[in-house]
Amino acid sequence: MMSMPRCLRICGGNDSLRGTDAMPATTMIDAIRDALDVALTDDPTVTVFGQDVGYFGGVFRCTAGLQKKHGIDRCFDTPISELGIVGVAIGMAAYGRKPVVEIQFADYMYPAYDQIVSEAARLRYRTAGEFTCPIVIRMPTGGGIFGAQTHSQSPEALFTHVTGLKVVMPSNPIDAKGLLLSAIDDPDPVIFLEPKRLYNGPFDGHHDRPVSPWRTHPMGEAPLGRYLVPLGQAAIRRKGAALTVLAYGTMVHVALAAVEETAIDAEVIDLRTLLPLDLETIVASVRKTGRCVVVHEATLTSGFGAELAALVQAECFWHLHAPVERVAGWDTPYPHTNEWDYFPGPARVAAACRRVLEVQ
Amino acid sequence: MKPVERPLELFFAEPAVRPGAEPDFSGLDLPAAGSLRRPPVDSPAEEMRDMAFGLIRLLDDDGQAVGPWADTLDLDDAARMSGLRHMMTLRAYDARMLLAQRQQKTSFYMQHLGEEAISCAFHLALRSGDMNFPTYRQAGLLIASGYPMATMMCQVYGNDGDPVRGRQLPVFYSSKSHGFFSISGNLGTQYVQAVGWAMGSALSGDDKIAAAWIGDGSTAESDFHAALVFASGYRVPVVLNIVNNQWAISTFQGLARGGAGTFAARGLGFGIPALRVDGNDYLAVVAAARWASERARRSLGPTLIEYVTYRVAGHSTSDDPSAYRPSGESACWPLGDPLMRLKQHLIARGLWSEDRHVQAEAEIMGEVQAAQKEAEQIGTLHSGRRPSPAEMFNDVYAEMPPHLRRQRQLAGY
Ligand SMILES: Cc1ncc(C[n+]2csc(CCOP(=O)(O)OP(=O)(O)O)c2C)c(N)n1
Ligand SMILES: [Mg+2]
Repeated sequence: MMSMPRCLRICGGNDSLRGTDAMPATTMIDAIRDALDVALTDDPTVTVFGQDVGYFGGVFRCTAGLQKKHGIDRCFDTPISELGIVGVAIGMAAYGRKPVVEIQFADYMYPAYDQIVSEAARLRYRTAGEFTCPIVIRMPTGGGIFGAQTHSQSPEALFTHVTGLKVVMPSNPIDAKGLLLSAIDDPDPVIFLEPKRLYNGPFDGHHDRPVSPWRTHPMGEAPLGRYLVPLGQAAIRRKGAALTVLAYGTMVHVALAAVEETAIDAEVIDLRTLLPLDLETIVASVRKTGRCVVVHEATLTSGFGAELAALVQAECFWHLHAPVERVAGWDTPYPHTNEWDYFPGPARVAAACRRVLEVQ
Repeated sequence: MKPVERPLELFFAEPAVRPGAEPDFSGLDLPAAGSLRRPPVDSPAEEMRDMAFGLIRLLDDDGQAVGPWADTLDLDDAARMSGLRHMMTLRAYDARMLLAQRQQKTSFYMQHLGEEAISCAFHLALRSGDMNFPTYRQAGLLIASGYPMATMMCQVYGNDGDPVRGRQLPVFYSSKSHGFFSISGNLGTQYVQAVGWAMGSALSGDDKIAAAWIGDGSTAESDFHAALVFASGYRVPVVLNIVNNQWAISTFQGLARGGAGTFAARGLGFGIPALRVDGNDYLAVVAAARWASERARRSLGPTLIEYVTYRVAGHSTSDDPSAYRPSGESACWPLGDPLMRLKQHLIARGLWSEDRHVQAEAEIMGEVQAAQKEAEQIGTLHSGRRPSPAEMFNDVYAEMPPHLRRQRQLAGY
């Protein structure tokens, strides 16, 4: 049993490099590193870079050992300029390579936002396909590590709102590896959001309980070698008949805990990819249950939950028995001391489920 | 067109040594103390370009302050002694807060070890009402300005005594009255804001100046370049400080510096006079900072100052530097320990002794512990009196909009 993280761990994980070629990955960090390792091995144009990712292997260790194995020209450190990282990636992709870059925390992507929104996302469109931008931008996201407002944000809606970007957020090591490899294969720019609170183990929002490792989780062990989890496909994590819970990233685990603990027969859907969205799976489920709760850690107003609620309303209107509820972070910056009052934990998810079930 | 003779290649800058090798600072060119000239503050920028490649040092190996910068330094004995006291206080404060973090009284901490002289000394170039736009490694500005230490600790603990209500990461202090602008976690943002603050002061016909702060690594952010172009273009009354502590987490300073030779030389392309200073020499920092602040006060324009120092500790409590640099590197740092160097100077001047130093250390630690007791009586991150969750919803806007009021009620407050 690991100790409870009551402090901000940036350089987390085990520093001893697991024999990446020999044993399956048993943390999300290892799974991501494996995916990068496979991509670097299979495709000589894949190039990994970002702040501290080279010699050191990233502050979360997701690139540890890759420079040593693949060479400094395949995995290298950059100056502290997010604009530079993404702008350079776009140019490199225009040349014909496959950059997979890391923004150290999603909270630090803003200097790169112009390059992402005005350039990466629209290059294909504005050149009618003459120039394209097959880049992957990885960034740790979400809270739960006492990182306060600059190490906790969930900016997914700032990306899903941008036409031309794909947006992915895995909830476990198996998906993380398969989705990252799909993202790298994708011909368009992909924003790959990594819930940092899940790096070393699943987290169901019960911050006062001991941390459990991925090792004991059914989705915790990512197989060796190349495999793909396709973009645009959700996964049903729990079958149920009473209502549908839509979640992604950390909130998948929170939602599962909430419905198990309150014995609510919910169907819990892990979206995995926010854009393109697997509307088919969502609609089939909500038409069956007639009730829907949307959960995310990001702030509520104009969050991705609003898009989901609108789609469910439009596609399932005649099947709905209750208004769609959203559970989200409060519309404030992410606080430090009051982290657990902010975080939409299982109690809030369960309360929303109950409210939705009470409507006759 | 001539055919290409061989494939193109890139250059990947690497530090001189990595873990396992002997520390090597032979690449650091160290001119003797007192050897650099002191130009008049109103010299044209193009006549001072050499200053960006020199190193202003006052304290020699015997603790004597020498050369033209020392000769013109107006700093009485009491000020020199309180300089040492400020640095010792900052070091003791860091030690206690580091321990508190290890005891899980807070989530995170960042030390100044080895860099104490810069922020403690710079304070002497400022007047009441001037504004610093600091990074997380300039708490010496608060200590030297007499900010209550217990309040600093309350911020680190995020307890009910924290002026910023547990909203910010530990060490992200803010104090308007002490000339200390709120620290941002987003690197570099404050640099250009300092320029704007100083423009505001000048536009208002005021006499207040601003000081911008940034680390070596963060000079790569566009905010730094925007700050320089605005500061240069409008001849803004601002001092632009770069703390080159050799490391940006695991990345050595050479990557952000590129082929510029020094960080100070970044100013040259913008026509900004630039000084390069021994950051472990308290007196050199005071002298250079005053030179630059005088330029600002006389509306002669901005000055870029690079302080050469070394980050002895890890980047933060989340970092273990032995993974990327030789563990003995700090002990080999040729500019020494800023505390020891000023102490030696005071002893050489007959103002101080080993005994008095030991006594002062005990006294200071007593003060720090008393402050810590005071702060912990209120609470720590996980116990005692903490800001009410209701306060989470305050200050998002001047007036709480209805949707936020509803959310606060939903949260049970
Ligand atoms: C915009 C942004 N990008 C990345 C980070 C992550 N980060 C925090 S501190 C740091 C290194 C800064 O190094 P330097 O500027 O040299 O300052 P030092 O820590 O050495 O004082 C990095 C990369 C950040 N906080 N903000
Ligand atoms: Mg630095």
